[in-house]
Amino acid sequence: MQNRKFQEHFVAPIEETPVVAVDKLDESQKARSTWDDAWDSMRRRPSFWISSALIVLIVTVAAFPGLFTSVSPNLGCELANSNGAPTAGHPLGFTRQGCDVYARIIFGTQASVTVGLIATLLVTISGIIVGSLAGYYGGFLDAFVSRVGDIFFAIPTVLGAIVLMSVIPERTPLTVAFVLAVFAWPQIARIMRGAVLSASNSDYVTASTALGVSKFKILLRHVVPNSIAPVIVVATISLGTFIVAEATLSFLGIGLPPTVMSWGNDIAQAQTSIRTNPQVLLLPSAALSITVLSFLMLGDVVRDALDPAARARR
Amino acid sequence: MLWYTGRRILQMIPVFFGATFLIYFMVFSLPGDPILALYGDRPPAPGVIEQVRAQYNLDKPFIVQYLLYIGGLFQGDFGTTYSGRPVSDVMAQAFPITLRLATLALFFEAVFGIIVGLVAGLRKGKLFDASALVVSLLLISVPTFVIGFVLQYVFGIQLGWARTTVSSAAPYSELVLPAIVLASVSFAYIVRLTRASVADNLNADFVRTATAKGLSRRRVVSVHVLRNSLVPVVTFLGVDLGALMVGAIVTEGIFNINGVGGTVYRAVILGEGPTVVSFVAIMVIIFVVANLLVDLLYALLDPRIRYAK
Amino acid sequence: MTQILNENQSETIDTSETPLLQIRNLEVGFRTQRGLVPAVRGVDLTLYAGQSLAIVGESGSGKTTTAQAIIDLLPGTGSVTGGEILFEGRDLTKLPAKEIQDVRGRLIGYVPQDPMSNLNPVWNIGFQVEEAIKANGIAQGKEARLRAIQVLQEAGLSDASERLKQYPHQFSGGMRQRVLIGIGLSARPKLLIADEPTSALDVTVQRQILDHLGTLTRDYGTSVLFITHDLGLAAERAEQLVVMYRGKIVESGSSQEILANPQHPYTQRLVSAAPSLASRRIQSAKHADAAAPAIFSGDSLDATLIARAAEREQAAPDKPLISVQNVSKTYRIRQQGFKYNELKAVNGVSFGVQRGTTTAIVGESGSGKSTVAKLILQLESITSGKIEFDGQDVAALKGADLLKFRRRVQPVFQDPYGSLDPQYSVGNTIAEPLLAHKVGTAKERQARVLELLDQVSLPASTRYRYPSELSGGQRQRIAVARALALKPDVLVLDEAVSALDVLVQGQILNLLTELQTELGLTYLFITHDLAVVRLIADNVCVMKKGEIIEAATTDEVFDNPRETYTQDLLAAIPGGNFVFGR
Repeated sequence: MQNRKFQEHFVAPIEETPVVAVDKLDESQKARSTWDDAWDSMRRRPSFWISSALIVLIVTVAAFPGLFTSVSPNLGCELANSNGAPTAGHPLGFTRQGCDVYARIIFGTQASVTVGLIATLLVTISGIIVGSLAGYYGGFLDAFVSRVGDIFFAIPTVLGAIVLMSVIPERTPLTVAFVLAVFAWPQIARIMRGAVLSASNSDYVTASTALGVSKFKILLRHVVPNSIAPVIVVATISLGTFIVAEATLSFLGIGLPPTVMSWGNDIAQAQTSIRTNPQVLLLPSAALSITVLSFLMLGDVVRDALDPAARARR
Repeated sequence: MLWYTGRRILQMIPVFFGATFLIYFMVFSLPGDPILALYGDRPPAPGVIEQVRAQYNLDKPFIVQYLLYIGGLFQGDFGTTYSGRPVSDVMAQAFPITLRLATLALFFEAVFGIIVGLVAGLRKGKLFDASALVVSLLLISVPTFVIGFVLQYVFGIQLGWARTTVSSAAPYSELVLPAIVLASVSFAYIVRLTRASVADNLNADFVRTATAKGLSRRRVVSVHVLRNSLVPVVTFLGVDLGALMVGAIVTEGIFNINGVGGTVYRAVILGEGPTVVSFVAIMVIIFVVANLLVDLLYALLDPRIRYAK
Repeated sequence: MTQILNENQSETIDTSETPLLQIRNLEVGFRTQRGLVPAVRGVDLTLYAGQSLAIVGESGSGKTTTAQAIIDLLPGTGSVTGGEILFEGRDLTKLPAKEIQDVRGRLIGYVPQDPMSNLNPVWNIGFQVEEAIKANGIAQGKEARLRAIQVLQEAGLSDASERLKQYPHQFSGGMRQRVLIGIGLSARPKLLIADEPTSALDVTVQRQILDHLGTLTRDYGTSVLFITHDLGLAAERAEQLVVMYRGKIVESGSSQEILANPQHPYTQRLVSAAPSLASRRIQSAKHADAAAPAIFSGDSLDATLIARAAEREQAAPDKPLISVQNVSKTYRIRQQGFKYNELKAVNGVSFGVQRGTTTAIVGESGSGKSTVAKLILQLESITSGKIEFDGQDVAALKGADLLKFRRRVQPVFQDPYGSLDPQYSVGNTIAEPLLAHKVGTAKERQARVLELLDQVSLPASTRYRYPSELSGGQRQRIAVARALALKPDVLVLDEAVSALDVLVQGQILNLLTELQTELGLTYLFITHDLAVVRLIADNVCVMKKGEIIEAATTDEVFDNPRETYTQDLLAAIPGGNFVFGR
């Protein structure tokens, strides 16, 4: 050993690296839950504020269209105004039928937003219930629900909706939302099932079982709250895609009937005027796209906020 | 692998029957009469209705109707349209066109989607990444038919670079514009998926180990990051086929293409129930089979699946 | 003797030989939203060709960051902000990307920490080894394949040629680690950086692999830089030690010297707390006739530990509180096709646990020790046999009786990150068992929560916090507090301290001992670590492949292990050579 070179025994001056108490709780920071953390992460992002502001605006327009225009979208359409340019009181001009474009966009909001919201609600509630029961209780229930889900999943949502809408006698925003939900629920159910499966394998569930908490209470108190995050993200994003789906159905002529004012119908009707008067097509499209975009943006922000891995990467 | 393949095929069988049954049930068993709907506001002569009902087996119990229908499917009998033409005839004519359109669209979305997604993922947080994200969000939020109208107007009418409608022969050259329209939304999804997956894999331990081996950055990215990132993209392509089918209905409608989508589009507009059912059923079958193929491809890409018990 | 360490020491520079690796005043920082956070602050170290050096420290001490900085593998936002890393005289921090790429693999090999995540799951093993060989210009084409087989065989995979086409998921953890060592050494580098190369593995496998690594590097004359949290292991495997604490070096020098005579208070603490060393000390103190231990023991902890170990021998046997009689548990595992394989996780196990004592069940992964814990906790049903708790057949318990049983037998699990619901505040977590058993009013429950927090030495304000804000050790204390809420008789501790840093581990072990004395608790302690057993248990059951192969008092097992497997386990406790070797 003598012939080898060694580092000399070195000791750092103690004042340079004072030894602190082992594992002491840092009490300088305020206590924060995971939701506090998520809120903090969202709060800092401009896209969160932009998308939420837009969504609030859009929902207000949908609920109270009368507040935003005094012009009637249907009555008072005069063919003399057909494809007319903007005039005072009619900032966006007129459709081919001579109706006020701005008023039609404002009044068309309701149908799109209603379909989006109701379809999302239906899908989320059914998906959460079905997914968590299947994932948590497993066995025959799980096998049955999963196979049924596979069958619905094998039919692309809008394709199935095309068939179902073509036989449904009454076409209202409610029925459209229902039809979309019939084919879209397996997606949320699958996500929920996966999340519930992994949450119910976690040690805190085992710990609660051993503590004597009943199985169903564990599902409600621990498993579902810890599995809900990915569902919230997907639900936010699918709200946007339901709005697009409604527009697509209306464009194909099997969504909402022409008597119901909706962006999809207006876009479909405007396709004949694209050469002469493109803004009649582009403006309702823009309204629709901004709505969808708001929900997509919000979904992205929520995803980043709820996914700790994504947060760490940023 | 053999076991895996067999199991996937077995799993497909109930899905196949379930899905076709569901579609058949929706059309022929729900309240609302498809035959009456066919005639719109002018009721046909009473005898005609009975005749049509018999033709479509609608006078028999529902389950028999369905079994007859499925039996026909297996013998290549896809039913007839209301105009009396066998659906299989219409398919034979429409299919090659749609196949060309879908191939082009898949090519566009996969190749460009993966390239853009890869570059964005490698430069996360940079300008390219931010622009790619914004563009992809925009593409997803604008409905396909609006993109179709706008591109048709700009390239077909204003610039005159492409035909606004496709001729009945529908060669590849005329299908480029419709394929771009068809691919646009899926392209956006692939960009987002590839980007997220590349960014994830860049942080993976095995990528660090690969770098520590002394591999070049180019090799690390192409062999370790890209290959692993393709696994979820391939899975997505299977699910995406459903979106392509719906997109094809819209796109072929806009560009007046006589493919499968265009046929469904016209059948929907005209309220031709049986044609819609036959076509949608076949689309669903294609979807199910394609997903099976994708699952097998997935297993090829990921040995953990391939060797799973 | 050469070294530049700090200004207090005389500098004697040997001009005849330059060090292989010399790090001078290295600073590494991570960019965060709150600005640059320093992770390594002014690290100096020197390593000569053919020598081995270990950097020891807790998690967050900057040891891994230092190692990663050497070959420019810092994650994401990390970067070297000062100092130099001289490798054969070249400053690696200033090399362009192309040249550092040439250094990696060929001159400096790297063996990463976690064998599960460090091999690419989609490429076969042969590909991943050959890739390293080709990239470093060692061999090409067919020759590269032959070389890959050779490399893997040297790393201890005797059937390498048949397994080249297999994928990582078909290999066990130990096998994968051998592959990673093979990759790290494939280009015969001059320096090998081994970052906790075996911490994820069973002790006996760990020992085999480290022995093998030692032989290989000695044969090739490769210098080794170990990164480890285990002081005993570091001292056993490396000639020199560098102890890091909060980004700085607090002490460095020869392993012998540091262990025998630690100077810095932090090192002293570390030496006295390391279970591997402590268990050695107890062992040698009990056999005073053996050579005097060469390890520092200037801490009061040892005196109490040794006294406690002696006390246990006098504990009188009593009617067991828990009696496990010939218990088996069989799982059906689905094979390819419709065949099922029966897996006997637990096979005919019998033992008893006396009231107020600690019984340890020791075994490696797959030995069935955790299954035994689950069976006793009634989280899994037994296939055959009988478990009695206080005279009652546990399997027969239903409804209110089962609830009563659950009140008396409480678990603490291994993973302090997984065993607390992240959405629950600490107060709610601790109160949950009270609520489930409808104990007291809301006010009384609050008071009990405060009392429990005090018992596990956490401030009252902790009840408003969430698990994500707490360290591993703090979470484990919360888990103990929750387990104690219902005033149970028995705690089942399943690897309860395994995931913690040594000092924190020591703290929790002390806490558990205090609580046992205070509350008269009975512990069933499941662990893979015999060193910890020495510190805490009265009786030991050694499990292997679902069976108890040896059961006796702790002293008996340590003094006269009957089974070779037990002997292997004992020998695998690092730091062995230090007490008895000289």
